[in-house]
Order: sequence, then structure tokens, then C-alpha cells
Amino acid sequence: MNRDIDKEIHNEAHGMTSIVKTVARFLMGIIFIFGAYIILYGHLTPGGGFAGGIILACGYILLTMSFGKEIGLRKLTDNWASILDNTGALLFLVIGLLGFTAGSFFLNFLGKGNIFDLFSAGTIPLNNIAIGIKVLASVFAVFIALSIFGRVVSDYVEDEEV
Amino acid sequence: MQGYYPLFTALPLAMAFLNLLVSKLSKKVSDYFAFLVMAVLAGMSIKMLFVQPFTYQVGGWAPPWGILLVSDGLSSMILAVINIIGLLSMVFSISYMNTYTAKPKYYTLFLLMVAGMNGVVITGDFFNMYVFLEIASIASYALVGFGCEREELEASFKYLILGGVASTAVLFGIAFLYSMTGTLNMPDVAHQLEFMEMNRAIAFVLAMFIMGFGLKASTVPFHAWLPDAHPSAPAPISAMLSGVLIKALGVYAIARVMFHVFGPNDMISAIMMFLGALSMLVGVIMAVGQSDFKRMLAYHSISQMGYVTIGLGLGLNPNVSPAIAAFGLLGGLFHLANHAVFKSCLFLSSGSFEFRTGTRNKFEMGGLIRRMPVTSATCSIASLSISGVPPFNGFWSKLIIIAAFIQAALYSQGDSKVWFMIYGIIAVFVAFMTLISFVRLQKSVIFGKLPERFASLREAPFSMVVPLIILAALCLGIGIAYPFIHDTLLEAAKDALLDKVSYVNLLIGS
Amino acid sequence: MILYFLSLALFVMGLYCLVAKKNIIKKVIGIVITEYSINMFLILVGYRDGGIAPVLMKGMDNSEIAAGSVDPLPQALVLTSIVIGLGVLALMVSICLRLYEKYKTFDMSEIKRLRG
Repeated sequence: MNRDIDKEIHNEAHGMTSIVKTVARFLMGIIFIFGAYIILYGHLTPGGGFAGGIILACGYILLTMSFGKEIGLRKLTDNWASILDNTGALLFLVIGLLGFTAGSFFLNFLGKGNIFDLFSAGTIPLNNIAIGIKVLASVFAVFIALSIFGRVVSDYVEDEEV
Repeated sequence: MQGYYPLFTALPLAMAFLNLLVSKLSKKVSDYFAFLVMAVLAGMSIKMLFVQPFTYQVGGWAPPWGILLVSDGLSSMILAVINIIGLLSMVFSISYMNTYTAKPKYYTLFLLMVAGMNGVVITGDFFNMYVFLEIASIASYALVGFGCEREELEASFKYLILGGVASTAVLFGIAFLYSMTGTLNMPDVAHQLEFMEMNRAIAFVLAMFIMGFGLKASTVPFHAWLPDAHPSAPAPISAMLSGVLIKALGVYAIARVMFHVFGPNDMISAIMMFLGALSMLVGVIMAVGQSDFKRMLAYHSISQMGYVTIGLGLGLNPNVSPAIAAFGLLGGLFHLANHAVFKSCLFLSSGSFEFRTGTRNKFEMGGLIRRMPVTSATCSIASLSISGVPPFNGFWSKLIIIAAFIQAALYSQGDSKVWFMIYGIIAVFVAFMTLISFVRLQKSVIFGKLPERFASLREAPFSMVVPLIILAALCLGIGIAYPFIHDTLLEAAKDALLDKVSYVNLLIGS
Repeated sequence: MILYFLSLALFVMGLYCLVAKKNIIKKVIGIVITEYSINMFLILVGYRDGGIAPVLMKGMDNSEIAAGSVDPLPQALVLTSIVIGLGVLALMVSICLRLYEKYKTFDMSEIKRLRG
């Protein structure tokens, strides 16, 4: 997966300098692991789907900003971001709707398990994962959409300066 | 039916997201998809009219801790209004939205807006209400600017800023209430407030709620966004905004909070009646001079919402006899439903005219009855209805409100006698001005000389004409069947709103 | 008590920024400041002196949380309101950029095709 990123590190045509790229390359993996940890342990420690999703999205945003938009969009295209966005929201709602099978909307119908276990608290970890996907995709999509606009605006600024 | 109450928000929310996924495979499907969802929702809401009041605990959590959903006469009535008007607007937009790009995204935003409004109506929890209010508001900001032209973006930005202030005010009020009572459950808050005297903190909360919900309902000092936002939106969205959104987010929320949580109160009643009278006068005076068809209708929305607010204000008054207060309240609620019907009919007609003629300036149109007979006929019927001509529905609700104020003036003493009389006279005067304004509209758009360039116009497409005919039939039907509507719908809604005790008891009973 | 007044002052500052500034980006910043002042107020409502974080750790008893923690509900509300604020902010900024695209200015006094 990372071979094309390695190739890009010394390519000054896209993105920022190779110092930024090297540091970003090093930090990326840590950020993703941390985000996944925050999402998966959301029901035991502070954090959860939203916070973890934002962290994951920040990882992608870091990638896009330091390596340029072409590399960033190669990892997560805007089409896939939109699909993941809708899928995450749907997953969350489907978990809520499955509660109807046990009697009530958003009923926690799975076994609660032992406290402090990773697999406990019924549907709550699943909800966290769904929200994490949704937040990751939608924040990244917002970033991409605004960066497209940003180019339009900076074009105008350059026009005015000329 | 009771077990599926949360579906009123869950279904449109789920379908909004599913719609975007499906539209990646085929664009055509999302038309049918959105129509089907709204049809199911409208069917469910009609069925809800015949269900006894009940409560629903989300996730099986007992009331003061979990989210409580409440169904009573009032919420069933508003749900029916939202979902039926929503269905008709949806049918209208199938052809109308062909002139815009990104139709699936439009449907998604539409369904999100419906989900938010349904959520505001069914919930019994303050914070949940705020969240749904924001969902509906954000969807409507985006829908107002959907065309992405200059005027639309400007109107959308204005609406966004003022709507943002309104949401902040509502959240501030909720935070204050939480700090006083330590709960967010509406019946529980009402229960806790019964032990408190009126103090400055409660007055602050009231001020914040009146400002926040008043901005959403666009009563007059807070009306600046409405005349820009409503004409700029696509016609079916104008119909939804004017017909439903300002009622569900503004008037319904304020009625629920004031009647059930704070209870009848002299000060709130005086403020609401004053704001209502001001809205009626300012709206109608501004409307007379407008040349833009939809902008004129938007000003009339402000004016007609004044009737609703003034009716609710009389209902909140503890000093007049309960029968008169109930009568005024009934008039206000009836006018709410009627306004949804005739105003959405008018906005959809204006959209239909715009679709064929390409202009919104009413002085550029003329003689359209010869080219577009059905749209012209429905537009005339709705105009007669909004001006309060018997036997259409607008006549009855205006009559009830005016009669209630005259009775209140006759049977009360002192200062308030004069005020009630003034409000009654204003209501009559505004009805008269509305009639003048709409007669002028008819003269310049439907009758008169047909301009040369419109000689080859055709009637609007089938899917645009059908909702217009249904809405016009509703205008006439509700007017004629008034005694039936009164006994079944309005009495239940009015009793639910006046019965604070049983609302508080929901906490124990469920 | 002083903190409550600070959050109120922040609210008033946000409103001032919203009303007095002509630049639409500054208006957006004003909205965000008012939102955050409310968030701060909500956190203060749930705060208690010397309270612990409302998280159940290993070796802790439920009653320990109930007796000594700050109120967790306002924190959940603030999280929700931050999420909503994020959505509104993204929409506002994109509308500002679209407005710039059409009018080539951020000055509200020059964006006035709609009147009355």
C-alpha cells in the first residue's frame, strides 16, 4: 500500500517538502492506530465514534495536505467517501431498527457481557464503529469539497493581482 | 401502530441515506423511491389520527432518564399536515426539479427535512427536540440555496445566520432549564417548574425560547429572513417551508413548550398576542406593494402566521374565561392547518406558472386562464381561501379567531377589554387587506390581457397538476366539512394542548 | 460564578461580531463563538468543585461515581452540539465560498441583490 507513497517522498512536484512528507509518513500509521483504538474502546474509555472518526479523518487530511491531492484521493476517492458516509449512517440506523425485533427502537438487544471486556456493552461498540465510518468519510468529503472551492477562490485572487 | 411510532423519523432518515447509495446505480429509481417513502409516511400519519394518545420509550429506558416520544391529539394533527403536504410537494417536484441538476441530492435533503420536522413533533425531550430542529434547519438552509445562483446563495446565507442565532438561543434556554431543574424530559421539567415561583431565570428562559422559536416561526421583529428565503427556494420547497416548516419548528414548538411546560401565563400571552398582531399588520402592508409573485406570498405567510400566534396567545391567557381561551386556541390551530393547505397550493401554483412562463414578476404575466386553466383555477380557489371568502376553509378559521376576540372584549374588564377589541379590529382589517391584495394578484396574473410571447403556452405537466387539484379540493372540502373536522381533529388537538395535568402525568403513567 | 459571566461575555462578543462586522467570514466566526459560549455554559452547569471524571475505571465502585463525579449528561449534550456545530460550520463556509465565487467579495454590504 505504501509503495507509491515512498516513491512520492522526494518528488517536489506534488505537495509539500520532503521533510514534511517524511514526518507525515511516520505519523500516519500512529494516527490511524490511535483513531482505531479510540473507536474500538469507545464504550470503556472516553472517546468513541465521533472522536475516533475525526482522528482517522485527520490522518487522511494530513496525507492529502502533505503529499498533494492526487495521492490523497488515490487512497480514498470522493466517490468512496460518499458511499462510506451513507453506509455508516445506514448501519447506525439499522442497528437502531434491529432493536424493534426485541421490542423497542434502539433497544440494546445483544448480551451485555462482562464490564471492561472489549466485546461487551451489546450494540454500543457496533454503533461506535458505524459512527466512526460515517464521521471519517463525511469529514474527509467536506475537506475535499472545500479544497476544490479553495482552488476556485485562489484563482480569482491571482486574477485580481494580475 | 404504537410500536412503530419512531418510524416517523427513522424511515425518512434511513431512506435519505439509502437514496444516495441507490442513485449511484440508477438515477431514475430515486424518484420512485422518495415518492414511495412519503406515501408510506402520509398513510401512517392519517392512521395516527385515529389512535388514542400514548407514549413510547426509546430503547426501553424509563422516562426521566430515557427519551420519551409523545403522541396526542396535537402531534397527530401536525404530523398529518407535515406528511400530507410533504407527499404532495414531493409529487410536484418530480417534474419541477428536472430544471435543476443533482435531483437525488435534492430528495435526500427533502427527506432529511421531513425527518427533522417529524422528530420535533413526536419528541417529549428538550435536547432531542433541539437536535431534530437542527436537522430540519440545516436541510432547509441547503435547500434554499439549492439553485446556487446569486440571490439564492444570499438568501441562504441570511437564513443561515438568523437560523443559527435562533438555534443558539434555543440551546441557551435549554441549558438554563437544565441548570434549574436537572432534567431534560419535558413532562419532568413541567413537573419541577410547578414548585417554582416566577423568577428571573425563568423569565430569561422564556425570552430565549420566544426569540428562538419566534425566529423560526418568523413573527415580525424576527421576520427578516423569510421574504428572502421563501421566494429563492425551488417552488416545492417554498411550499414546504411556508406551509409546514415555520409551523413545525416555530409555532408547534412554542405551543408545546408554553402550554405544557410553563403553563398559561399572563405575560407570555400578552407578548404572543402583541407579536401576532404586529406580524399580521406588517406582513400584509409589506405584501401589497410587491411585484414578485412568490415574495408577495412570503409576506402573506408572515401575516397569516400572525393569526395563528394571536390565537395561541389568547389560548394562553388565564384571565379570560376558559371557554373563550379554548375558542381562540381552536381558531389558531385550525388556521395553522388551513394555512398549510392554501399557502402550499399558492406556492405550488406560482411554481407551475414559473415553470411555463419563466418569470416570477406578476406584472409580466396575464390572461393565463386561457392557456393554463387548471393551474389558474387552483390558484383562484386558494386565493379565495386565504382571503377568507366563504365557504372555503380560511373563512372559518378567521371567523373563529375574530369571534373569540370580540367575545373576550365583551366579557372582560379594564385595560384588556380595549386591547382585545383592538386585536379583533386588526384581524378584520388584515382579512380585508388580504382580499384586496389577492384580487389584484388575480387581475394581473390570471385575468387581463395575454402577452404575445405566452400565446403558445401549455398546461403544466400531469404530475404538477395533480397535487394542485388535490390541494384545491382540500381547501373546499375542509371548508364544507368544517363541523366534521371540528369534532374529530380540532377538539382533540385543543384538548391535548389545554390539558397540562395529563401531560405531566405521562411521567408517572408510562 | 465569574466563569458564568465569562461565558455570557463570550456570547455577547459573538453577537457583537455577528451584528457589527461586514465581512461574511467574520460573521461566521461570530456564530461559532456564540455556539462555543453555550457549550462552555453547559459544561459549567454540570461542573462541581473537586469532582472526578465520570468514567468507571477498574477497581472503582458505582457509588463512588455517583457521589463524586461531575454531571456527565451536559458533556454528552456538548458533544452533540459540537457535532451539529461542525455541520453548520461546513455548510456556512461552503456558502461563503460560493458567494465569493459569484460576487467576488466577502463584504456583506456589497452582497445586496435582495431588498425589502
